[in-house]
Amino acid sequence: MSAGPIVSIAGVAKRFGTVVAVDGVDLDIQRGELFALLGGSGCGKTTLLRMIAGFETPDTGHVLIDGQDMTGVPPHRRPVNMMFQSYALFPHMDVAANVGYGLRREGLPASEIARRVGEALDQVRLGDHGKRRPAQLSGGQRQRVALARALIKRPKLLLLDEPLAALDRKLREGTRFELVRLQEQLGLTFVMVTHDQEEAMSMAGRLAVMNEGRIAQVGTPHEVYEHPRSRFVADFIGIANILPVDGGRAWLALRPEKIALFAARPSTDHAEQGCIVEIAYEGDRSLYRVALTDGSTLLVSTANIARHPREPWPRGQQVWLGWAADAGQRLEE
Amino acid sequence: MPGRARLPSPKRSRDVGTASPQSRFGFAQAGFAFTMLAFGYAFLYLPIALVIVYSFNESRLVTVWAGFSTKWWSALFANEAMLGAAWLSLRIALVSATVAAVIGLAAGYALARVPRFFGRTLFGSLVIAPMVMPEVVMGISMLLLFVGSDRLMGWPIRGFLTIAIAHITFSIAFVAVVVQARLADFDRSLEEAAMDLGATPWTTFRTITLPLIAPAVGSGWLLAFTLSLDDLILTQFVAGAQSETLPMRVYSSVRLGVDPQINALATIIMVVAACALIFSGWLTRRKA
Repeated sequence: MSAGPIVSIAGVAKRFGTVVAVDGVDLDIQRGELFALLGGSGCGKTTLLRMIAGFETPDTGHVLIDGQDMTGVPPHRRPVNMMFQSYALFPHMDVAANVGYGLRREGLPASEIARRVGEALDQVRLGDHGKRRPAQLSGGQRQRVALARALIKRPKLLLLDEPLAALDRKLREGTRFELVRLQEQLGLTFVMVTHDQEEAMSMAGRLAVMNEGRIAQVGTPHEVYEHPRSRFVADFIGIANILPVDGGRAWLALRPEKIALFAARPSTDHAEQGCIVEIAYEGDRSLYRVALTDGSTLLVSTANIARHPREPWPRGQQVWLGWAADAGQRLEE
Repeated sequence: MPGRARLPSPKRSRDVGTASPQSRFGFAQAGFAFTMLAFGYAFLYLPIALVIVYSFNESRLVTVWAGFSTKWWSALFANEAMLGAAWLSLRIALVSATVAAVIGLAAGYALARVPRFFGRTLFGSLVIAPMVMPEVVMGISMLLLFVGSDRLMGWPIRGFLTIAIAHITFSIAFVAVVVQARLADFDRSLEEAAMDLGATPWTTFRTITLPLIAPAVGSGWLLAFTLSLDDLILTQFVAGAQSETLPMRVYSSVRLGVDPQINALATIIMVVAACALIFSGWLTRRKA
């Protein structure tokens, strides 16, 4: 085992006909991290994942796994396993046969396979479901079978394609933590693809924001949120007010929660006067659209920490907005 | 061309007539569905039921009932020419359906899975051609081929082999079409998952693709079997003087005047076919 990155992607590009799916990506993924590829549909994140798994061949560039060039190596000889978005459970096999499929391909003795299948199913709390068919399981159970099946060969790297997309909202929250726990417990490297920024932010140690086949920014969720490098990233992750500064030569990304509302002119570094034009009350927080005197509008969010009998900042109310000098991130592009 | 594709429908009519008890129109709906069902069954099965009933007819005339008798059944089992023809037809149908299932599977797989290869369009049309080509044309062309080949190499002698080859040729199309259709909506990620778990392409085909499309191959086989069993026109072209299949035998006996032996024979064939269908249905359901 070498000390370098587990995955190293260098100058990888891929086009389908006239559509450029991945357009020159360089990326290193470190050992033992939970890395997320985040982007909208068609940004190339899934194609990139499939190139790591070996289902797509890069037109140019190289994918190295554990220091070895994977060019020309078919999927079945890569030290990588993948959990598919649809889970891709084999409908004609029971759960135990599904989970044991990878071990059977290695030609292990039946007793060894049975033992490890039992362990893997216990790990995902499906110990007594081995004889069921995939069709007899709930969505969450299917997801766990798919996970057990992908993990049983103890891959160096687990790829997860939209691991939570097929689950309903309540289940997703719990499964998120379970995946992170499993990843830490096993000390494996997880690379997941997701379009859900909340999912990527809450699970990943580092993430790459992708746009039009390129990587827009790589960093920890904290870095990407607080220090976006481009207007695209600032806009894609969370909500941002983007203000022109220096006479339009640069931009300032200002998160709504970094702005505070005041009844009178505050003593903050910046203060602007405006009028509330729209309110989105979300319970735990409220989002206000405030029209400034120069005609532009700003989004402001406040946490509803006190219990007000009625809306503290009703529509039409004149307010002051205040924020600190370091509240915004300056964007050059 | 034998255009009677009597495939067992994969969707069973289990839901017909199960009107929800909450519905105010439940009774009317159930009544309507039941009537439709009764008409449907009558339309499909009344002629068959009549054939079976009249095989036990005392009279020589197929259309007049003159009391119960099993004499036509005894006559049938003593009719060596008819039994010989039936045995030949059965063997040809088994061989040609099996070979056509294998080749048709390969052809359907290639058409569904290989996006580009040399002559793909031509190959696709050639596979489908026997479905639309008049059987007479096919019969003549195959006869010419066999005669020419016989003259050149002394092979094949017309009979079992030439009939089987002719039947394989047109049956491939039906198997290929069924397999191609099944593969068109096959979830590719299942195969990718298998390869991801270390299966070679061949192992993936053997353990994932083939078991999942087996019902389609099975229906293709059944289709090929029945098409072969009752083909008359093409068979007559390529059969040669010595071999006579069941349809040929029935056809020539009908010209001499038909008697209820034919009904008895039809009954046997239907019972065998029904057993085969029930068996294949049971297989598919047990898999699911």
